[in-house]
Amino acid sequence: MNREFLYIVLTIFLGVASIVLSFISIHSKKLSLAVIAVGVVSLFASILFLLMSAPDVAMTEAAIGSGLTTLIFFYVLNKIKKSDA
Amino acid sequence: MLKNIIIAVILIVFAVLFFDLFMLYEARTGLTGIAQYYAQNGAKEVGAANLVTSIVVTYRGFDTLGEVTILFVAASIISFFLKLKENDESKNISSKDTTEILVTASNVLVPVIFLFGIYVFINGHLTPGGGFQGGAIIATGVALMILANPNIKINTQIIHWVESISGVGYVVVGIFGLILAGGFLDNKITGLGEFGALFSAGAIPIIYSFIGLKVGAEISNILNKYQKSQKND
Repeated sequence: MNREFLYIVLTIFLGVASIVLSFISIHSKKLSLAVIAVGVVSLFASILFLLMSAPDVAMTEAAIGSGLTTLIFFYVLNKIKKSDA
Repeated sequence: MLKNIIIAVILIVFAVLFFDLFMLYEARTGLTGIAQYYAQNGAKEVGAANLVTSIVVTYRGFDTLGEVTILFVAASIISFFLKLKENDESKNISSKDTTEILVTASNVLVPVIFLFGIYVFINGHLTPGGGFQGGAIIATGVALMILANPNIKINTQIIHWVESISGVGYVVVGIFGLILAGGFLDNKITGLGEFGALFSAGAIPIIYSFIGLKVGAEISNILNKYQKSQKND
């Protein structure tokens, strides 16, 4: 019972936080903040997948979604800044 | 103004469509059709303790070959668009030093991350995960290496060879399945072995090792291309 309650609270928290971070990523003026917000959304999504007992999907999401994609976005941002100047 | 009206109309149409679908939805209590067949006969026919793996690698092995091909095409296109000039190779990316903490942590963690990636794809038929996950984990190790030392030179020859050999190996194992067993990518070319042991489930560990190496090499190659594209002009 107690464990189930924790599970529900964590799920709702992660879902709401993901929605808030998605809004931040769309509306923030700083692009680097937007990229980090997207990465954290991916991280939360991977925890949600783990809670829904899909550990293999969670692994992919954590490695690709929040790790590699964030890095590649930063590389591209850096490249764009250089070519703008 | 007109644009907003059109957007509103489209949203309303979608709302009506999806409301209909939502009302029709009933939660399923049991497995249906082919899912039930997989759940009942998967362990016996394929011999893999991880049912997802037996579907991904054996029952739907051809789809997995397609996924690997998509990743390969994506990596090729990125390489094509991030072409480097001749004199770019010698330039430095960043003259700033990275922090001591990051360098030390990467020295300690990178071998462990590689080992964990290899563990994930070798045990793909026993525990959650598999070739794609293991390959992605290996690539995050490469990403950490690049973060700790932006000027690091990654040996692209090794990456290209690993990628080519594992891609060809995957197809060759599939063709062996066509000759020796029931069809393309059938895993029964060797005995199924003891259920739940490391060397079991026929060709699945071999196929997943090839997939893992190929995915790891491809994503590392993409990262390497992006890293090189950061060189100062």
